[in-house]
Amino acid sequence: MIPELGYGATVAALALAVWGAVAAAGAARTGRTDLLRSGERAAVGVWVLITACIALMLYAFLTFDFSVRYVAFNTNRGTPFYYRITALWGALEGSIVLWSWLLSIYALIVVGQYRRRQPELYPWVLSVMLGVLAFFLLVMTVPAPPFERLSPIPPDGRGLNPLLEDSGMITHPVALYLGFTGFTVPFAFAVAALIVRRTGEEWITITRRWTIIAWYFLSLGLLIGGWWSYHVLGWGGYWAWDPVENAAFMPWLTATAFLHSVMIQERRHMLKLWNLGLIFLTFGLTLFGTFLTRSGIIGSVHSFTQGSIGVFFLAFLALVLLGSFSLLASRVDRLRAEGVLDSVVSRESMFLLNNLFLVAAAFTVFFGTVFPLLSEAVRGVKVSVGAPFFNLVNIPIFLALLFLMGVGPLIAWRRASAENLKRNFLKPVLAGVVVAAIMRGLGVGNALVLTAMALVVFVAGTISLDLFRAVRTRRRNGDGWAAATLGLLLRQNRRYGGFIVHLGILVIALGVAGSQAWSVQTEVTLQKGQTVDLGGYHVRFDGLEATEESNHAKVTGAFTLSNGRRGETVLLPGRKFYPQEQTPIAAVDYRLGFLEDVYLVLGDFSRDGSQATVKLQINRMVSWLWIGGLVLTLGAALAILPEARRPA
Amino acid sequence: MIRGLAGVLATLLLLAGAAGAVPVDETTVHDVAAQLRCVVCQSLSVADSPSETASQMRGIIRERLAAGESPAEVRAYFVEKYGEWILLAPPKSGFNLLVWVVPFAGLGLGLVLVAVVLRRWSRKIPPGAPAGVDPALRERIRREMSETENP
Amino acid sequence: MRASWLRWAIPAAVVPVLMLLAYGFKTNPREIPSPLLDRPAAAFTVTTFAGSPLSLEGLRGKVVMLNFWASWCRPACYEEAPALERTWREYKDKGVVVVGIDIQDRDEAARAFLAEFGHSFPNAPDPAGRIAVDYGVYGVPETFFIDRNGRVRFKQVGALTDELARQRLDTLLKEPS
Repeated sequence: MIPELGYGATVAALALAVWGAVAAAGAARTGRTDLLRSGERAAVGVWVLITACIALMLYAFLTFDFSVRYVAFNTNRGTPFYYRITALWGALEGSIVLWSWLLSIYALIVVGQYRRRQPELYPWVLSVMLGVLAFFLLVMTVPAPPFERLSPIPPDGRGLNPLLEDSGMITHPVALYLGFTGFTVPFAFAVAALIVRRTGEEWITITRRWTIIAWYFLSLGLLIGGWWSYHVLGWGGYWAWDPVENAAFMPWLTATAFLHSVMIQERRHMLKLWNLGLIFLTFGLTLFGTFLTRSGIIGSVHSFTQGSIGVFFLAFLALVLLGSFSLLASRVDRLRAEGVLDSVVSRESMFLLNNLFLVAAAFTVFFGTVFPLLSEAVRGVKVSVGAPFFNLVNIPIFLALLFLMGVGPLIAWRRASAENLKRNFLKPVLAGVVVAAIMRGLGVGNALVLTAMALVVFVAGTISLDLFRAVRTRRRNGDGWAAATLGLLLRQNRRYGGFIVHLGILVIALGVAGSQAWSVQTEVTLQKGQTVDLGGYHVRFDGLEATEESNHAKVTGAFTLSNGRRGETVLLPGRKFYPQEQTPIAAVDYRLGFLEDVYLVLGDFSRDGSQATVKLQINRMVSWLWIGGLVLTLGAALAILPEARRPA
Repeated sequence: MIRGLAGVLATLLLLAGAAGAVPVDETTVHDVAAQLRCVVCQSLSVADSPSETASQMRGIIRERLAAGESPAEVRAYFVEKYGEWILLAPPKSGFNLLVWVVPFAGLGLGLVLVAVVLRRWSRKIPPGAPAGVDPALRERIRREMSETENP
Repeated sequence: MRASWLRWAIPAAVVPVLMLLAYGFKTNPREIPSPLLDRPAAAFTVTTFAGSPLSLEGLRGKVVMLNFWASWCRPACYEEAPALERTWREYKDKGVVVVGIDIQDRDEAARAFLAEFGHSFPNAPDPAGRIAVDYGVYGVPETFFIDRNGRVRFKQVGALTDELARQRLDTLLKEPS
């Protein structure tokens, strides 16, 4: 029953989406409101149908309906209740359903918000959004139908991929997809603005807001992904430059570039062509990301599966890229820059450099990701491009971006005088140099870490200086420090929200630099009662224990950890043996700290529990990544708030 | 004294007997392993991967280093068995140089483009620009304005 | 930008990238060509599950079918196991030796696997993975066909079938020593 109902709903949704896109486009060209209303109703209908699909699928999961192939392949009777819900997006077909559903929600929001406010752009925006929805629904109907019937009905299912049985599974894909699908909205507005030749200022304001929202969710998704990698995959790292990680990182880089260059367009009416290009590039990169994940052309830990689905995505990617850039090329004349500079040393040039470095980083990541394909195509030889390459090439770019983060917000528009430079930057530069010297004196030898530290202090210095001066000025109105600060933050929430986001990035940068430079690890085989020492910690192997969980068997090692200061802790890393998996899955255990985490991975062990191999890591500064992420979240939330109205 | 000397001699003989045995620094093992790709994972290095295969490969690295091979020789051994693919970053030679050079070349090209654009923007002097305003006064006005509201 | 053709540079630049991605459909990222083909096979000495020693050197002059397997390797190793035994029975008097190497496995699980399929050809464990790495093994099952002069001639990644084994072995057997 459910397979048939679900499939019917999918096909109906596809038909509605296609009709809606056509109707909205027709309304845009002819001005007929009845067509437009029909398109809107179609958008609502699509959302209702996809929600019905989700409800049906969830019902199938919760009732162990193994007549649905997707349910049978992704859960079994032992799968815990909450993972049966998240299994909805645990594999290829379900992930497309989630994507489509989130996209349909965004479409509804667009309908509600803009049907009256943007009568010129709105019909095309609706058409584009429904068009994109139609594509994903097409994928749901033809190459990756989630509602295939399985016959004969098996007594039990295969089970969820054990790596996905984690709390990260609840949030990471949803946040990531909210980000990816969110970029469809600015894309639709950009296309609409170009088609109707209204490339003035309204579309940029709308686009900016939506890009921040999508950017925020994408940032969240990336950070949660890092956290998930860190505490589940058992290798003690948070970013592997895996092709699919890269594919999510590239649109983040170009979206960040856009968020900055849009300020030049708002203030100085320049860079219109570039900004449109950035939006098209960002949306194209989100499609490229889904293409990589699902086509199987580049192997990745995230890859779902191969099959004809890759062809669909490549075709759509080609349509979007060629179509949007051709549209841009045909409207170039309307996008001439109007502004002027007086000096190369100015905020405009800092923003240009910011964009250059971000896009260069995106290009580097892209080139490294596809180079194995290129090598095979040209030489017939397979090569790997991994962490050593990406780290080497990207580190200078990120350091340069850190520097710009400090300079950009305070340098003057159009022309920065010597006085302006001295006033804003002398003290922070000195502070940075002093801190670097102190750290050098304390024994930190790594040049990269010192540079990163100096830059972080420099940027923090510029932000603090600016904030301090602005609050001091506000206080002239008689407010106390706290009131003045709060008032300032709320009044100029975009600026200070951005500053807080920068602060968040700084904290993350410190976390990355520290963890790369100062983490230590070792791997030993211990007899029962034997100990190993590392980084001031003392670890003793106490024995093994075997347990049976609902859908797997687990062997846990008990390790007592002490460092003389905080007393003893027992850590229980284990290995989980799932019947459907060929090799055991590591279940790491760790003790998190502000400055350092102790991380244990259980390796091989003897049957009688007398000895075990364990990998011990002291990961330093990793918690700063998550703290920085939190700060970034707060900053973005502040920046998204509607512009505060001026007091009467 | 004699017994102590005999003990030292015995130890020396033992060490000599373990022909070519070199004490292995775990950091070196980790460094070599970090340059090799774990064959059963997708993007992790042999140093990072928690898989059994990676653990065995680390053991082989340790063995070879202990037998006196240099890190480069150990790497070469793995390349001989698995091909260039086993290295996590392609060797900087031949066609592979492209991947190392192109990003920096692109960045350089971009810098040139930015310079060109900036120069073009600063060449257009708007007509009727305010003339004759004392630069110091202009700077003071700018400073006062930025102190009240810094957009 | 004065030249009107320049504006079409960006859409045009997208095309080669798309073509490269399309090329990706023809490749398989999980299939790594072996650099060992036509090179001397790495020597090894093992103790079989039956307790007797076995070395590759000792098999010089015969065609060797070297198969890497594991008891946890489902379904491929289980699919090919009967074919391996059949091939052994058919070719053992024709100057062919089938050798199985068990990797990353537990003793009882391996023996249970051998018992299930009644393998009568020599099988040995590779506890530290040295032999697997020596042959550039990156998954199971993998089978290497070594000629009479001790050179690796073919590599099969994935489950072996009777026809494929026959084809390879016949080719190698036809060659003069």
